[in-house]
Formats: sequence, structure tokens, C-alpha cells
Amino acid sequence: MITFNVKDRDGKQTAIEVPEGISLNLMEVLKGSGYDILATCGGMALCATCRVQVKTGAEQLPPPGDAELDILDTLPSIEDNTRLSCQLRVNESLEGCHFTIPPED
Amino acid sequence: MITTDIGIIGAGPTGMFAVFEAGLLKMHCHLIDSLPQAGGQLSEIYPQKPIYDIPGYPAINAQQLVDNLSEQIAPFHPGFTLGERVETLEKQQDGTWTIGTNEGTLINCKVVVIAGGLGCFEPRKPEVDRLAEFEGKGVLYAVRNPEAFRDRNIVIAGGGDSALDWTIFLANVAKKVTLVHRGDTFRGAPDAAEKVAELARTGIIDLVLKSRVVALDGAGHLEQVTITGQNGQDQHIQADNFIPLFGLSPKLGPIENWGLKIDKSAIEVNTFDYSTNVEGIYAIGDINTYPGKLKLILCGFHEAALMAQSAFKHVYPDQRLTFKYTTVYGITELA
Repeated sequence: MITFNVKDRDGKQTAIEVPEGISLNLMEVLKGSGYDILATCGGMALCATCRVQVKTGAEQLPPPGDAELDILDTLPSIEDNTRLSCQLRVNESLEGCHFTIPPED
Repeated sequence: MITTDIGIIGAGPTGMFAVFEAGLLKMHCHLIDSLPQAGGQLSEIYPQKPIYDIPGYPAINAQQLVDNLSEQIAPFHPGFTLGERVETLEKQQDGTWTIGTNEGTLINCKVVVIAGGLGCFEPRKPEVDRLAEFEGKGVLYAVRNPEAFRDRNIVIAGGGDSALDWTIFLANVAKKVTLVHRGDTFRGAPDAAEKVAELARTGIIDLVLKSRVVALDGAGHLEQVTITGQNGQDQHIQADNFIPLFGLSPKLGPIENWGLKIDKSAIEVNTFDYSTNVEGIYAIGDINTYPGKLKLILCGFHEAALMAQSAFKHVYPDQRLTFKYTTVYGITELA
């Protein structure tokens, strides 16, 4: 099992457990877990509505790719360690991470 | 005024295939899209990416699929209004609808099909005090006519390619360009980033890094912007124009005001026929939502087929519909 923590917009923190080896990204898992995330573009790193702040464990995640950096660059204001959850594969790199869902645009 | 049976808002793959399904039932269609070409996301965002889940095609490039759809719907002679954004939808006394675009094009139709995909892309707006108040009075989200900035003081905000490109271009036109970026590096094209650094070194532009525009001021028209740096110190800059360039974000846009039931930026439909809560308006493809919805092209195609069967009763209220297979009857070109 891979376990990570998610804090929603109301500040409620929940531990999420996902089996290893599933082929999903974090956005899909968050949506599937009932979190209110728009993800309008469906995971193409276009809309940035699935962004999360990585409060703990940012350094253990794979670095953002070009598409993700480009869209993060265009956002007017973001916290440090903001990532697009659609670009994060759910695997061991997420173990123990703390994610916060920022307010909607 | 353009007159047709079905007005289709959105010329992506789902909207295009709706022309085919409608055409089989002898209904004429007119497609409207804000993009300058048909194909929606496929042509605009990932034309060269292969798609693997179109039945019958182990893999097909997105643009090839669009080209095939164009060929497939050609016998039904759809009309196109491209590069124009739908703004208004009005019900007429005779029960028909009139769709209006930002360019003033009017399309009268018996049925409206919204196949708008992600919606329309609108500029992402930063959180700046009194921003809305100065929209059109000094605040712009795109540069259309560079000459309008001659001899003016301009503040551009953003760190992407468009912020860099317009800073370079307007440096020679405006009295002064100030570029404000929340970071301290630019990821844009290396040439553009280097050029901006050079313009700043030589004093032609002002570059304000690790900072944000936080407030606007002026009497009637924009006169001053306030910029906050990382140290929390404010500086005030005289400005005739403020141009935030923070990319585009998909929004429903005017569709939101048409009385349709909307859930999380998607239009709720009845899966019986993909009709909305408003009689005569259907929504198909990525823009609709229902229990179990999957945003797949193939689902959009399915939805288009069922929509057309249902739309028939609005277009030909006196006729009975009999279902026919194309393998038995072929397709008949529309006049």
C-alpha cells in the first residue's frame, strides 16, 4: 500500500491508501476519493485546476516536466511546491507526502 | 441570418460527428467554434498525438481523425462559422432559437446542440485590487493593436512566453514597459529571456522580479499600479495600461447564463437523449455530465447518435422516425 495525506479546502486531513502498481495519477485518485477538483482538461496539464501544494515530501517526487512547468509559470500566484496532481503518477514516490488542495480560482 | 435545422456550438470531434448522425436523418447543421479551424482540442492542442481508443483504429493521429471526420460529414454540407465565439442564445416566438456570436453573426435553428468541449478559453485573471473596475479602462488581457500603446507607460505581468514576447515587442513602441514577474527566472524561449534581460540591462525596460502587482489606482482610467516585492515593500508605478498575461483557463463562458442546469462547469443531461433541462437544447461530449460520465471521444460519438434521434422530433414534428442502417441504405447526400 502507498499512503499519503490530503488536506481539503476546509482543512480536514485524511490519510489515503492506494494499492501499489495501479496506473493512475494523483488527480484521478483525488477525484475518485470524492475531492472537489475540477480537472477540466482531463489531465493534459492545461487548466491547472487540479493543482495541489506539497507540504511534505516535495523533494521525493519526480521533478515537473516541461508541460507542467509551462502551465505553473503562467499562474498569477502560487505557493512554493505547487504541483499539478494530474502529472504525478501514483507510486512509491508519494509515500508519506502531505498534499493540500488550494482554494479554487 | 443563417438558417439551419441544428446549430452546433463547438466544432470538435463530437460536434463534427453530430453532423453525420443528423445528416442521416436529413437534418442540416451549422457549426460554430471560437477556434479558427474545426477539430477542437484535437487540432488545437495535440494534432500529432496518437489516439488509441477509437473503435476500428488501433492508433490514429488526432489531426488525421479530424480530417477523416471532415470527409465523413462532407456529403451533409454543414455550414461553418469559425473564429467567432457564441455570446447569445435567444428563443424566438415560433419556437426556434437564434444563436449570436461576438462578430454579430446570427444563426437561426430549430435545435441547439452544445458540443463545447472544455468550454472557451478565457484569460486567467490575477488577484489584484480593483482589477475588474479598470477592465477596458487601461486593463487588457491581450494585445490586439500594438499601436494603441505608443508613448504610453505599460506594466506587463507574467512569466510565460507571451509576457516575454510582448515585453520585447512593446519596448520599441511604448514610452516605458515594466515587466513584473513573481519568479526570478524565465522558462520561456531562451532567446526571448535573454533579450528581455538585455533590454533591462540597457534601461530600455524595467524588470521587477520576485514581485506581484497587487493594486490599481486612477480616476476613471488607470493611472498607477502598486507592486509588492518579496520583502513586503510596495512600490507605485505610473501606468496607462496594465496587461496581465497569465495564460488561458477553460471556462463555460456565456453558456452559464442560458438557464441550463450546471454541475461543476458541466451541463447536466438526461442520458435518454442527452437533452438538457431546456426543451430543444442538447449537450454532448466533454461539456456534459451525467452519472458515470467518461470524457472520451467515443462517448461523444455515441451521445451524438442518440441526440440526433431525439432532435428529429423538433425538426420534423409531423414525421415518424424509422431507424435505418447505413449498411442497408447507404448515405444520401443532403441537398
